[in-house]
Amino acid sequence: MTVTTRPPTGSAPGPAPSRRSLGDRLGARLSALPTVAALLIFVGMIIYGEAAYGRIVQFSTLSNLLVNNSHLIILAVGLTFVILTGGIDLSVGAIIAVSSVAGVMLSNAGWHPVAAVLVMVLIGSALGLVSGVLIQYFGVQPFIATLATMFLARGLASMLSTVPERLADDSAIRELATQLKIIDGEKVNDLVVTPGVVAAVVIVVLGFLVLHRTRFGRTVYAIGGSEQSATLMGLPVPATKLGIYVISGTLAGIAAVVYTSRLGSAQNITGIGWELDAIAAVVIGGTLLTGGTGFVLGSVVGALVLGLMNVLITRDGGIRPEMTTIITGGILLVFVILQRVLAARRRSETG
Amino acid sequence: MTGAPPIVEMTGISISFPGVKALDAVDFRLFPGEVHTLMGENGAGKSTLIKALTGVYKIDEGQILVAGVERRFGGTADAQAAGIATVYQEVNLCANLSIGENVMLGHEVRGPFGINWKATHRAAAGVLATLGLEQLDLRRPLATLSLAIQQLVAISRAMVTEPKVLILDEPTSSLDANEVANLFTVIRKLRDQGVAILFVTHFLDQVYAISDRITVLRNGGFVGEYPTRELDRTTLISKMIGKDFATLRSLGSERQTHHYEPRGEPLLKAEDLGRKGSSEPTDLELHQGEVLGLAGLLGSGRTELARLLYGADRPDSGTVWLRGKKTDIHNPTAALSHRIAFSSENRRDEGIIRDLTVRENLVLAVQAKRGWFRPLSRKEQDALTRKYLAELNVRPADPERPIKFLSGGNQQKVLLGRWLATEPDLLILDEPTRGIDVGAKAEIQAAVAALAAKGVAVVFISSELEEVVRLSDRIIVMKDHRKLAELENGPHVTAETIVAVIADEGDDEEGDSE
Repeated sequence: MTVTTRPPTGSAPGPAPSRRSLGDRLGARLSALPTVAALLIFVGMIIYGEAAYGRIVQFSTLSNLLVNNSHLIILAVGLTFVILTGGIDLSVGAIIAVSSVAGVMLSNAGWHPVAAVLVMVLIGSALGLVSGVLIQYFGVQPFIATLATMFLARGLASMLSTVPERLADDSAIRELATQLKIIDGEKVNDLVVTPGVVAAVVIVVLGFLVLHRTRFGRTVYAIGGSEQSATLMGLPVPATKLGIYVISGTLAGIAAVVYTSRLGSAQNITGIGWELDAIAAVVIGGTLLTGGTGFVLGSVVGALVLGLMNVLITRDGGIRPEMTTIITGGILLVFVILQRVLAARRRSETG
Repeated sequence: MTGAPPIVEMTGISISFPGVKALDAVDFRLFPGEVHTLMGENGAGKSTLIKALTGVYKIDEGQILVAGVERRFGGTADAQAAGIATVYQEVNLCANLSIGENVMLGHEVRGPFGINWKATHRAAAGVLATLGLEQLDLRRPLATLSLAIQQLVAISRAMVTEPKVLILDEPTSSLDANEVANLFTVIRKLRDQGVAILFVTHFLDQVYAISDRITVLRNGGFVGEYPTRELDRTTLISKMIGKDFATLRSLGSERQTHHYEPRGEPLLKAEDLGRKGSSEPTDLELHQGEVLGLAGLLGSGRTELARLLYGADRPDSGTVWLRGKKTDIHNPTAALSHRIAFSSENRRDEGIIRDLTVRENLVLAVQAKRGWFRPLSRKEQDALTRKYLAELNVRPADPERPIKFLSGGNQQKVLLGRWLATEPDLLILDEPTRGIDVGAKAEIQAAVAALAAKGVAVVFISSELEEVVRLSDRIIVMKDHRKLAELENGPHVTAETIVAVIADEGDDEEGDSE
């Protein structure tokens, strides 16, 4: 027997542990990196906007950003749940259409506003349940199942009405968009919130608590990691998968209430493509489309990045509004590539 | 296991799958405070029986009593509720979550404000400490751990519910000797606490080291239940395979004694082949008709070296000559066109495609080599499949059965057939016999020997040193991602020789650093 190689051995025993713990800390935060990046980009956009156009860092602009995007934030929270399990929900935009048209018509027909709002939310829950049952018990791919629900919801909305339905001026539902002044600034520079914004904030906080402080939430992450493992661990996988589509549908119903109260009217073509905006917000916020990694707060940042981008484009004036979607696409692409790089890094670490 | 009534009593269990009776009237008893081993070849029905007990499969006939109460399990959660916890052979944890989260998933400690993470992590740390894993940082992602440690984490997870029955389905297949010893200490501790442990393994040494009783299955049928001390190894093996042990034994040692003398130019020659972080620069020569063993512990860099040879990873140093010509093997497709084939150690994820049939799995590599625009005709596919199913004795020899219904050993044979069908000059086999039974193991070893006799150069990677010694003409011993030594095999070389090489090096290292 011949010993062919014998290079010098070992490093000094001292520094090894501290070096490893640094690597650990980086490893633990790797999954939060895309979310942090989204936050940085958001801050960067605000600074750029303030420097280039002015009047960005002021109460009225920032409150309008929240008021105008509260429905998108609510949708994004719902989609975060779905995408964390590795699923997708394409039906939320259409759910908003059918829910808001039905709500306005019921309200105008003399229903009590609370009852009308409740029906709007429950329409969302019911359609979410349809998607969930198709996916969990009929084994349909989430993409196809929610596509079917989307067509169903859009069709139902068109059956109800094909013209804009205007909410009566004295309807109590409009009060949900009342602007409440928190800080009375100079002229119109006020810090305002609407009940819709409050609803969005409450939903974000609840979404965060459910995902991180309940077994249901942990099961959502486990399914996204490996559905097979989650099943073998004895976690309630079927109930959880059903649950997340009901949550997503219900939140779409709530988003419909928030949006309708602000606009004061509803139409069967409302919300076309909003599901994609919401998905974009979730992805920009750092949630992996393959599931298992991501945060609700990231999705909020994602929605605000999209909203702020629209504000900046309007302020610029030189950018044609048609460019908006191209810019959205560009931002999305950058984030997806960032995620791929991180995923590849993590694979090479384990493999 | 004396006067106490059995905690689990299964009688007359039958389960059928399309076209095959997986279990036929099997009886099984498990007593509190015993370690009971389930033995049988691959395909004997061990996994099926376990899955019946853990609620994964529904039983067609028979009765399951747990603690004297008849149970019908609708799913794994039912079985867990009845006090039956399971650790599977393939680690079933969530790589995206942290260690602590994995241990406690579904059992998190809850307070008035939802999950109390502090208490949850404390509970997780407590369970991990009983397995001697207290040094693990609970907040680290699971994915950063080695497979062996992940397996121990999975066992910790099973202990969280304080189960009455703990099923360990080949928990040792990816553990090294120290880790096995550590695990056995834990198993004995649990047994003494009155937990009934059902243990499945292919390592006979481990069976005799740990188990109190043995139940043997063969071809889905019940052979018998025996106290371990009344059943010697030879009898056990002949009960498992239903034939004489001597015929199996004869396959082995021949090669070691009449080993092949390499002649002429090497088929493959590598100089300074390496990749930063995965493989130190290594020299290597490989001749036609030679079996080169790569020996070393798990994580010693055997797979990484093989991946460089096959182009699955790009080397960042060194040169490779193939048949005397300088060659750059930059990806697996290029390797295949140079007649180099690689069978991965990760059978489940990188090997078989579960939902395809045996035939479709077998022809994949040939088809890839020919290019997808020149499809193999059905006749060619059938001929290839028939040839290799017969040559490698795949059971059942049904080319149209989805491969997921085959046992691990038979899946491995199909994979071997897949690469043989490409008629390689160089075949790299990474752990081809891991987790498969004695019979299938012997058949695969015989196939490797036959290949070498036909002039194929084989790189054989295995954690079982005896196997490497029996099969190889030359052995490269690896440690810490580098080549430690190269041994000419011969009658003087044994598994102990290799262990000594690895251990000596370790001693030196300690001496140097002090």
